[in-house]
Amino acid sequence: MSSVPERILPEFVPGARTAHRALAHESAVGHVTGGATYTDDIPEPRNLLHAWVRLSDRAHAGITRLDVEACRQAPGVVAVMTHDDLKAATDVGPVAPGDLVFADGEVTYWGQALFAVAADSIDSARRAAMLAEVKYEEREAILDIRQALERDAAVSPVRTIVQGDPEGAIRGSAHRIRGQLAIGGQDHFYLEGQVAMAVPQEGGDMLVYSSTQHPSEVQHLVAGVLGLPDHAVVVEARRLGGGFGGKETQAAHIAAIAAVLAQQAGRPVKLRLDRDDDMILTGKRHDFLVKYEAGFDPDGRLEGVDFMLASRCGISPDLSDAINDRAMYHADNAYYLPNVRIVSHRCRTNTVSNTAFRGFGGPQGMMAIEYVLDEVARYLGRDPLDVRKTNLYGVEERNLTPYGQVVEDNILPRLFEQVERSADYAARRRAVDAFNRENPVLRKGIAITPVKFGISFTTTHLNQGGALVLVYTDGSVQLNHGGIEMGQGLYTKVAQLVAEEFGIALDRVRVTATTTGKVPNTSATAASAGSDLNGAAAVEACRKIKGRLRDFAAGRFGIAGESLRFEADALHAGEQRLCSFAELCKQAHLGRIQLSDTGFYATPDIHVDKDTMRGKPFYYFAYGIACAEVVVDSLTGEYRVLRADVIHDCGQSLNPAVDMGQVEGGFIQGMGWLTTEELYWDDRGRLMTHAPSTYKIPVASDVPDDFRVELASWSRNRAAAVRRSKAVGEPPLMLGISVFHALKDAIASLAPKGCSVHLDAPATPERVLLAMERLRRATDPAAAGEPVEEDAES
Amino acid sequence: MKRMITVTINGEEQELAVEPYRSLLDTLRVEAGLTGSKKGCNVGDCGACTVILDGRPVNSCLVLAAEVDNCDVRTIEGLQHAPDRVHALQDNFMQYGAAQCGFCTPGILIMGKALLDENPDPTEDEIRFALAGNICRCTGYTKIIEAIRHTARQLAEERQGVES
Repeated sequence: MSSVPERILPEFVPGARTAHRALAHESAVGHVTGGATYTDDIPEPRNLLHAWVRLSDRAHAGITRLDVEACRQAPGVVAVMTHDDLKAATDVGPVAPGDLVFADGEVTYWGQALFAVAADSIDSARRAAMLAEVKYEEREAILDIRQALERDAAVSPVRTIVQGDPEGAIRGSAHRIRGQLAIGGQDHFYLEGQVAMAVPQEGGDMLVYSSTQHPSEVQHLVAGVLGLPDHAVVVEARRLGGGFGGKETQAAHIAAIAAVLAQQAGRPVKLRLDRDDDMILTGKRHDFLVKYEAGFDPDGRLEGVDFMLASRCGISPDLSDAINDRAMYHADNAYYLPNVRIVSHRCRTNTVSNTAFRGFGGPQGMMAIEYVLDEVARYLGRDPLDVRKTNLYGVEERNLTPYGQVVEDNILPRLFEQVERSADYAARRRAVDAFNRENPVLRKGIAITPVKFGISFTTTHLNQGGALVLVYTDGSVQLNHGGIEMGQGLYTKVAQLVAEEFGIALDRVRVTATTTGKVPNTSATAASAGSDLNGAAAVEACRKIKGRLRDFAAGRFGIAGESLRFEADALHAGEQRLCSFAELCKQAHLGRIQLSDTGFYATPDIHVDKDTMRGKPFYYFAYGIACAEVVVDSLTGEYRVLRADVIHDCGQSLNPAVDMGQVEGGFIQGMGWLTTEELYWDDRGRLMTHAPSTYKIPVASDVPDDFRVELASWSRNRAAAVRRSKAVGEPPLMLGISVFHALKDAIASLAPKGCSVHLDAPATPERVLLAMERLRRATDPAAAGEPVEEDAES
Repeated sequence: MKRMITVTINGEEQELAVEPYRSLLDTLRVEAGLTGSKKGCNVGDCGACTVILDGRPVNSCLVLAAEVDNCDVRTIEGLQHAPDRVHALQDNFMQYGAAQCGFCTPGILIMGKALLDENPDPTEDEIRFALAGNICRCTGYTKIIEAIRHTARQLAEERQGVES
């Protein structure tokens, strides 16, 4: 049972023994037997207390009274912590302050943490938390992007990217369009909710088991609230039940609450948020308002584009600056924009502080340009595919991005050609049009959209990774690195790389839980960079150890070190097998050779001017393409995705099975974001969709009836990323944009050519129906003049 | 006020003291120490806590422990035939890469088992419908559906082998 099975998939790199192979997830056995331990499954220590957090029920209000005496007296309660009870830092803002552990005199969003209770059972803690007396004095709240723009409420200053002369180019164009688009947010709904268990250690130290994508930051922020140096706090995470960005900064708040309660009580404390509270208390993907103006020639070639991107950041900066930067860096997606202005507003609202979510602003930027190109096509009465291809980045020319980076690795023309062929686009386009001519009720739509996603943290210093590799005298290897396993297969990939380096079988490598005590000062596992950074660091550690083993063996066997090879669990010189890897390790140990080492990697060749945002923020680009076909019931707005064809670029995939999983899952998650997943706040700023009953996440029956996914196995990373692979975590999410545009295409079939088709995201059945009604009324003289209910944001 | 219940969990009869308001899920995870069943939403919408109760799949977060007195419960820990021999569904979930973060996996495997017990030869649509109450946020479901279909075919071949 210790070995994991391998799926039979085409070999990517002939000759590689473990790397590039479709091996099963390193925790596969644990996953399917229930033996894989998540934070809430760790055997509970004696005297464990359970925590409950009381949330505010006002969006913006002064707290005139907060009396927790009754909570302290309630049965089973051991500790209660309010803002005033905190002994050291009171803020867990990751980059800039603004994220209070507990409200301080006022609440600034509905669902903000007021205080927390630790008791001998979760029921006692919950009951006690309800006993507090809270009185508010309501204040005016800013609840959405429009209100924030009107009042100039921002978490940070406006930023602008300009290239060329957008105003002049738009003015001088043969055709011009302008419009706007609202794009909804998204709840992560990691299946494992936020959870942390803080266990006091001797001397006042604290051990924190945290479901976090960023243990080093949790360590630092927990140390801050406890008033301890970082070295007194250890944060550990073996695996997460999903992250998707939702545990990049948000986990620190949960861990901090558990830790301050544990410090106060002198006993271990576990805080596992109730799912509804999790959805209310923690940040989500930013919703955006996009305004655009575009000028283009009669072929639909964009000559000038002016974008206003405004996002709802919520009450604090959190990661909003970097997220909005990435939105700006992706407002070109795959297209050459010679004259462009991108203005980004980071709106402050009295709602939960929005945060990282797979794609990190990139998806919203891409939606903006894809929407503009679709509208250009509608205006000209042309197939949107032709307009997209007309505007594509060139390979040798027309390849300068709005931020000054040259696109040097463009494989988009080949991807377009491949998907048009494999999806049989031309014939299906004709069939869709024919279907729509014959069917008054059901309407079909089809769309192809590409993805070009920049790989690297745009905050340059975050592009570093570390690893610790321990070889034992029996030749088995323990591997630790700074990355977090959250289902994306990072542990598997890095273990494959290590096994490949030493030429040993994968089951000789054991990956251990990520902990700040082994690899310090790590970056978050985010930005799709996990295997690029940690994989490269682990390889470096292996090569240091191999270098010493080579030198030792060269002396022992009297053979030049360069001719020695590690393969098939043994050391070889030419065709000759010298000794097993285990024997080599044993002998080297006796020869007093160090069998462990650290590795470190910093992405080379990237730089950005912080003021102009120009430079080379990305080491390389990952590409993909999707073709989606939908059928819509024009009487109800309900729809199905009939077929989706995806081709995605992972370079020389480190594990095609893992990468296929990332691509399929990313597509569905992106589709959910733009179709059924609707976050709804009422007019008091209260989130009304705080459980999967009302917040609709795609389920098995929503998957395209015919779903064909392949990896672009011919692609090779031109940048020297680890073994020429490419990052794969985020990019596939944006393949789901094809479904949105297929829906827009189906809606457009109701209108004559040349008619604009307004559709906000998510394209829920309600929005699809309203969009169709608007078109019907605009084109039907009998119905003209009757008002149609507009979307709130349109 | 706790009361005693007798319940057969994965073939083993157990006596457990439970509060009247305690869910079967919490009882399994805490009193019985079986943490394979997961708490995803705790309101019966995500399916991560699915177990088989007297032959039928249920969300164990919606069942009170007091209700299962004298009942038979099968959890993910009881799906494999022996410590070193997994059920065909489990084997195929590994082969197909049907688990990523793995948190929804126990519930989905149990739902798959309940489906195949009731309908040994489900169509793809029937599989999708059976799984519609189990949320997976990672995989996009494709590999899960393939793994269940393949298991059904394998089990059918085994049955034919026995008959012929």
